[in-house]
Amino acid sequence: MTTKSQAVLDWIDARFPLTSTIKGHLTEYYAPKNFNFWYFFGSLALLVLVIQIVTGIFLVMHYKPDASLNASGVPVAFASVEYIMRDVPGGWIIRYMHSTGASAFFIVVYLHMFRGLLYGSYRKPRELIWIFGTLIFLALMAEAFMGYLLPWGQMSFWGAQVIVNLFSAIPVIGPDLSVVIRGDFVVSDATLNRFFSFHVIAVPLILIGLVAAHIVALHEVGSNNPDGVEIKKKKGADGHPLDGIPFHPYYTVKDIVGVVGFLIVFSFIVFFAPEGGGYFLEFNNFIPADPLKTPPHIAPVWYFTPFYSILRAVTYPLLGIDAKFWGVVAMGAAVVIIAFLPWLDRSPVKSIRYKGGLFKAILAVFVVCFFILGYLGVLPPTPGRTLVSQICSVIYFGFFLLMPWYSKIDKCKPEPDRVTG
Amino acid sequence: MKKLLSALLFAPLLALASGPELHLDKAPVSTDPAALQNGAKIFVNYCLNCHGASYMRYNRLQEIGLSEQMIKDNLMFTADKIGEPMRIAMQRDEAKVFFGAAPPDLTVISRSRASEFGSGADWLYTYLRSFYRDESRPTGWNNVIFENVGMPHVLYELQGQQVAKVEQKDDGHGNKVKEISLEPGTPGKLSKEEYDKATADLVSYLVWMGEPMAEKRKSIGTGVIAFLGLLFVLSYLLKKNFWKDIH
Repeated sequence: MTTKSQAVLDWIDARFPLTSTIKGHLTEYYAPKNFNFWYFFGSLALLVLVIQIVTGIFLVMHYKPDASLNASGVPVAFASVEYIMRDVPGGWIIRYMHSTGASAFFIVVYLHMFRGLLYGSYRKPRELIWIFGTLIFLALMAEAFMGYLLPWGQMSFWGAQVIVNLFSAIPVIGPDLSVVIRGDFVVSDATLNRFFSFHVIAVPLILIGLVAAHIVALHEVGSNNPDGVEIKKKKGADGHPLDGIPFHPYYTVKDIVGVVGFLIVFSFIVFFAPEGGGYFLEFNNFIPADPLKTPPHIAPVWYFTPFYSILRAVTYPLLGIDAKFWGVVAMGAAVVIIAFLPWLDRSPVKSIRYKGGLFKAILAVFVVCFFILGYLGVLPPTPGRTLVSQICSVIYFGFFLLMPWYSKIDKCKPEPDRVTG
Repeated sequence: MKKLLSALLFAPLLALASGPELHLDKAPVSTDPAALQNGAKIFVNYCLNCHGASYMRYNRLQEIGLSEQMIKDNLMFTADKIGEPMRIAMQRDEAKVFFGAAPPDLTVISRSRASEFGSGADWLYTYLRSFYRDESRPTGWNNVIFENVGMPHVLYELQGQQVAKVEQKDDGHGNKVKEISLEPGTPGKLSKEEYDKATADLVSYLVWMGEPMAEKRKSIGTGVIAFLGLLFVLSYLLKKNFWKDIH
């Protein structure tokens, strides 16, 4: 480096930790060298967050959160989305990126969470990373739910109506609480405007803060890896982990491959199947919201359906309180219980590579049940489907609640000292 | 093992997933300018009196090969300026009195009518060919796939009148279901084949209007994916080069 640019850098470093931050988080952050395919989804989640924020900024320039009807009798909010799609130059591409991005966010986050399950990434000393992650997932659900109201289509309106009504099942405070959430007695212009405010300001701020905490905590303790062994235990003469490599350049160049691979799939949806077969953009949402016309079947967007199924699976009133309330409790618990994994897993090893057949079998059943719950959440309920979703819900909770027991008795293989490539 | 488990568990679930079925004819959707122009002509003459297309501007019809003058002379009945959207004069509250419900805006109708039974185009194509005479209805018309529809058969002078034959059938689960089959009654201006072609053109136009940038979207997409494919190869080679010392 020339002396002049070095002088500038020294000037900055005396006032701001620039060089030390770059070293601590990139050039001298040692990551295990054996990351596999599953380790792409963390950086991809960050990429999708950026896509959503940038496209969102441009959408807000033309979107109007207004439920009143225009001269043609169409709600202004709905018409403004079509305006973006048709009259704003390049608007359609921004809008499709944002709508596809919402689904992509959940796909990469679900895969990222599943990676944690596979390799025990939540175990000591990474409990806080995992808790921040669960909070990110919760914030993401709130963000997606409120964003979905904004196009003001039939599914936007009735989906919000159904979900906000759930809060009214809470004893004593429920009815008032649901009015506070809506800002009205029904989903209306007030609801649309407050959801818009939360969607574009409040929740993104929380999300970014949580993501920063997630990454700072990760870089404090170091990354886990597919073998689940701590690379910091074996250090070379230079004081760096023997199985560690600097994040930059090794993982930056590797993550570029992941990013381009992801963008190929993402672009394929944006340009060739933006409706995602009716799962990414629901067909009914091309009809403007009509408070007087309830659609025969209201289904949440696909990423909520596993939890929606758990909610609907609770059909018994308890302690004199409506079953709907216990459904809400079960749905909330299904998300919150994820945060307790670090203390539920009592296995002597972290990674699935060294866990026994019992854990593998139970994990496989859990995954299948999660898919079934997701599938059933799209469909209208029948007695048969409710029974299946009840069985799957019990298995879902069983996976977590029985983990202290089955993870202890599982026959594990010994962990290696070093990572195995 | 996971695949096997999911196959075993999903098979009975799929059997559970049956609802009221809707049989739709496959719509022969075309992107041919001549078909789209004919569809646009039928649309402004027959639909754009009760239904608006309020997000669709007249000058956008240039994208299906019409000149501004052609649009002004032949298709613009409800607007003065070429940049105006396709609005209608009928008031919504009046329309509600006339038909029981205000006719929906048709700009994105082809996107909203898609379902597990077929595309929005299939639904529209079937719907427009399924009107029949029903004196018990206020308009004198009914429709096989949209029972007690408020809309009269506006294309009847083209298609003529169809007569319904209603049969009570068993659905295989012991329930009686009404099955309606249509038979030609009074003929219209067009033969059956000509009418099918006219509705196909109209539906093609409605599909085009639902997403006028669809073709452009796909052509840009091809370029984007080709570029990303190249970038993928280069980024993979870059990664390989950087990682050659890591074992």
